[in-house]
Amino acid sequence: MNQTSNGGGLSRIRRGLWAMTGVAVVALGAAFLWRAQTPGDLPGPRVTGEAAITNAYTLTDHTGRSVTADDFDGQWQLVFFGFTHCPDICPTTLAYMAQVMDALGPKSAQVTPIFVTVDPARDTRDVMAAYVEAFHPRMVGLTGTEAQIAEAAGNFRVWYERAEDTTAPNGYTMAHSGHIYVMAPDGGFVDVWLEGDAPAETFAENLSALIQATGSSS
Amino acid sequence: MKPIALAVFCAALPTLAAADLSVTDPWARASILASRPGAAYLTLESDIADQLTALETPAAGHVMLHDTVTDTNGVSRMNHIEALDLTPGTPVTFAPGGMHLMLMDLTGKLEEGSTFPLTLTFENAGEITVEVPVLSVTATGPGNAE
Ligand SMILES: [Cu+2]
Repeated sequence: MNQTSNGGGLSRIRRGLWAMTGVAVVALGAAFLWRAQTPGDLPGPRVTGEAAITNAYTLTDHTGRSVTADDFDGQWQLVFFGFTHCPDICPTTLAYMAQVMDALGPKSAQVTPIFVTVDPARDTRDVMAAYVEAFHPRMVGLTGTEAQIAEAAGNFRVWYERAEDTTAPNGYTMAHSGHIYVMAPDGGFVDVWLEGDAPAETFAENLSALIQATGSSS
Repeated sequence: MKPIALAVFCAALPTLAAADLSVTDPWARASILASRPGAAYLTLESDIADQLTALETPAAGHVMLHDTVTDTNGVSRMNHIEALDLTPGTPVTFAPGGMHLMLMDLTGKLEEGSTFPLTLTFENAGEITVEVPVLSVTATGPGNAE
């Protein structure tokens, strides 16, 4: 189970998913214990001590369904916060997530890429549907009220800000953090990546190894 | 006044004739909704100091030069560049995550497989028009058109 020594070929990765595998395993164990002592259907936030990033939200998906983080239980989740008026970083990151999914091959069935808007005023359910469908058939788009989005972003420690800009459509644009959050099937935080950190194939290889490592224990 | 103006014009002529400015690898990402801004990318290289001062295309109401700046916290924001200086021998590459041409008020969806003309105006080189191919929404560079 302990694979942390095998890190040589993966030195390109900023923080190293291998080191994080240990955290994920601990988190899985902790979640298991926590669940064992908690009544079955009680929803709860999932926190790892590492970064205090909490996978918790109540939002509306691109099909109009109200969802919480619990709805993605059992799936690895790649979570990205962005907005559709962003023509550069956001489509590039969504394309990167789609490439990771393709590179994962059959293992992509265990992964859900999630795009959360930080601009819910303009990114309605229909807009989110058009976007996620254009990038990957398994991608989920999430929107909500300003308060719901603020809560979700706060839980993920995602920073975003409306920047007034008279040259932008509707007079504003958004500044936002462009991280991809890797969340384990128990909802626990595993790692954050930026699109430019490594090629999609490298991301996929690391994620694939994580899936393999945790899958073998079941 | 008149002789001086003429002298300046004559002095500028040889430079104009010798100058070579290339616009290579233009591409744009297909749009998902026409109501959202598009982005185009290309590479510029000039033999002489020059400045990109204006951009125009029938595909968009107006085109802006933007630089995406990502700070150490991973926060990205777009900065507007008024005019872009070209230094001789130093190519300027527009690419995802860096500089892009922001296509505002699209006249229609940028459809994958189509092209649109883009006219760049330079202080010295004058107007150069290139045909910009529209690649897929998941394209990340001019090379992965297939
Ligand atoms: Cu821009």
